[in-house]
Amino acid sequence: MSLSGLYWLPSDPDWPAKVKAVERDKPVAWDSLVALANAKLDFIRTERLDTCLRGAFGTEPPKGLATKPVRLALLASSTVAHLQPALRVAALRRGIHLTIYEADYGQYLQELLDADSGLHKFKPNTVLFALDARHLTSGADVAADAPQADAIFNETVDKLASCWRIARESFRCPVLQQTVLPVLPPVMGSNEHRTPGSPQALVARLNAALRGLAEQEGVSLLAIDEHVRADGTRSWHDPVLWHRAKQEISPAAAPLYGDLVARLLAAQQGLSAKCLVLDLDNTIWGGVIGDDGLEGIELGQGSAVGEAFIAFQDYARQLMRRGVILAVCSKNDEANALAPFEQHPEMLLKKTDIAMFVANWQDKASNIRAIARDLNIGLDSLVFADDNPFERNLVRQELPIVKVPELPEDAALYAECIADAGYFEGLAITDEDRDKTQLYRANRERDTLKAEATDITSYLRGLDMQLVWRRFDKVGMTRTVQLINKTNQFNLTTRRYTDEDVVALMNDRRGFGLQLRLIDRFGDNGIIAIVIGRMQDGGDLLIDTWLMSCRVLGRQVEEATLNLVAQEACRLGARRLIGEYIPTSKNSMVAKHYDRLGFAALDAGPDGRTSWVLDLAGFAAADIFITMVDGDAASRSEGAAQKVGA
Amino acid sequence: MIEAEIYTALTEIFHEVFDDDAIVLKPELTAKDVKGWDSYKMVNIIIAVEERFGIKTRTQEIDKLQRVGDFVKLIEAKTAPRP
Repeated sequence: MSLSGLYWLPSDPDWPAKVKAVERDKPVAWDSLVALANAKLDFIRTERLDTCLRGAFGTEPPKGLATKPVRLALLASSTVAHLQPALRVAALRRGIHLTIYEADYGQYLQELLDADSGLHKFKPNTVLFALDARHLTSGADVAADAPQADAIFNETVDKLASCWRIARESFRCPVLQQTVLPVLPPVMGSNEHRTPGSPQALVARLNAALRGLAEQEGVSLLAIDEHVRADGTRSWHDPVLWHRAKQEISPAAAPLYGDLVARLLAAQQGLSAKCLVLDLDNTIWGGVIGDDGLEGIELGQGSAVGEAFIAFQDYARQLMRRGVILAVCSKNDEANALAPFEQHPEMLLKKTDIAMFVANWQDKASNIRAIARDLNIGLDSLVFADDNPFERNLVRQELPIVKVPELPEDAALYAECIADAGYFEGLAITDEDRDKTQLYRANRERDTLKAEATDITSYLRGLDMQLVWRRFDKVGMTRTVQLINKTNQFNLTTRRYTDEDVVALMNDRRGFGLQLRLIDRFGDNGIIAIVIGRMQDGGDLLIDTWLMSCRVLGRQVEEATLNLVAQEACRLGARRLIGEYIPTSKNSMVAKHYDRLGFAALDAGPDGRTSWVLDLAGFAAADIFITMVDGDAASRSEGAAQKVGA
Repeated sequence: MIEAEIYTALTEIFHEVFDDDAIVLKPELTAKDVKGWDSYKMVNIIIAVEERFGIKTRTQEIDKLQRVGDFVKLIEAKTAPRP
């Protein structure tokens, strides 16, 4: 199965006609283009769609786009112009508008260093270094002994790291580094590493070193070397084309290359999928539980098919353990559907692994809508895995923003297909990710308590909540940046910030960045809210960012947060709080947020923006059932106590 | 593969690559006659042809091509059944 064919996307025989139809309808609708990008496309169709896209939205993103437009600097050492259409189309597939700046041929270093270059004028918000193997090994000398080879290696690595640093310092934006394509022929063979100076050995060494180095420098990798391993070097690289056009990556592989980059761009904005919704019959076990019964389904050791299904369950569990939520959506009687989870000895997935279990006879689109609503996540963060083409097409038609892979017919290939499609592309893993299932399970227990408590007050009191707040710090940075970039619903301004911005706030005396952790009797909810405040001239504190995880809605965290913000604002000498609401397609739930908290309306813009004011002199902290804990002070006194103890 | 079949398939490829259904392929047609037929598009045509016909072309063979007729002859030779 060729990856470069994007085989998980549905192929559409009417595609050429649809493009023409979309083009005829002026003005061209962005959403129609997104739909066209979500079909299986080869490189020619990709270019076709790109022409249409550029005609309609050349350098200007459509107004009111929920995603952040990306300005990508593509810094390459060989021809990459042929990859641009695929990059734009793959970004479009995820609803992102992409503008690309390509440094002049072979000039990436000069442009980086020259503050007046086109690159600097372009002001990228993401930089991708796409350096080819021949360029990076240009200093290699086959006859070099080990110390000489080490020197060449170190020089190359230092050059890379200094490029990253310049890019970061100049543009204060995320930097991506493409790993090196293993396209150079060996001079020894299997034991190439015994010729330390060989270009092929240098590429292998660079790729191994890039992992650690990128980590150290805060750079994310585009691991095309891994994909080449799966897909075969020959489907990515054609020496004939290298000599004809200096294309290291063949145009045929461009759609996949574009998709791999766009996954990273989407992940930066928190647009990766969050939940895998599984069908049951013939998706996680073989056969139909309602017909075949517990003994009849194929699952587990003993048959090749049964083992393939176990392998898929195992992969789903691995995804869960790194933070993907699992749900079930099956056409079945609930008791039948649950039976394997409760009674089948080979079943790997447990009922407790599933955050939401839906088995009934309603149509799957309605059930999937209910799953998104109950888990409080957007429909666009769901991936629906179902072996049945009919169900897949129904869900695609009813809910086009749900991702529905074309699962191969053989269950042995399911896990690979989900992985190849890259829906769950991640950039970092946090403690909250590892505990997510636990979080959702604890939420269910809280709901039970809620049902038992006679009124909301006694329920909240019974939770014994503690809100532990800290200023932004290095320890919490990954989670802070993750929340800032992926929270869409409870997010007043949807401003996205990078690691660098967060560090800048740590040192800002005229502002504050706060991370809030909620603990209750059922466990630690982790960091669930972020607030950024900035002092303005004239005694106003502007609430630049206020966002919260929807998991903790309705638990007075909003009121508790306001008490805290007021306290911190007073500390900075503020007399008034200014709150803003900037509408997006996803955050209407907080349109009345400041109104509810007792702010007075200040201003309203034509685009639906509103601003609000709260006079701190007249502010009385709300009565709440949450105990506030100053986490920084607690650690300081802990540290002091330890010193005394020692 | 007979010549007529090759022309039909090649025409489809040209229509897609240049996004122009009005292109009519004739043996004497050259790159100068088709708007936008540059070296970049040529690479795309070659790859599409290789995929469509299941063949592999050589650098020298491509460099010798002058007219569409030469291209069709090359494809014909490469797809001819081996004795």
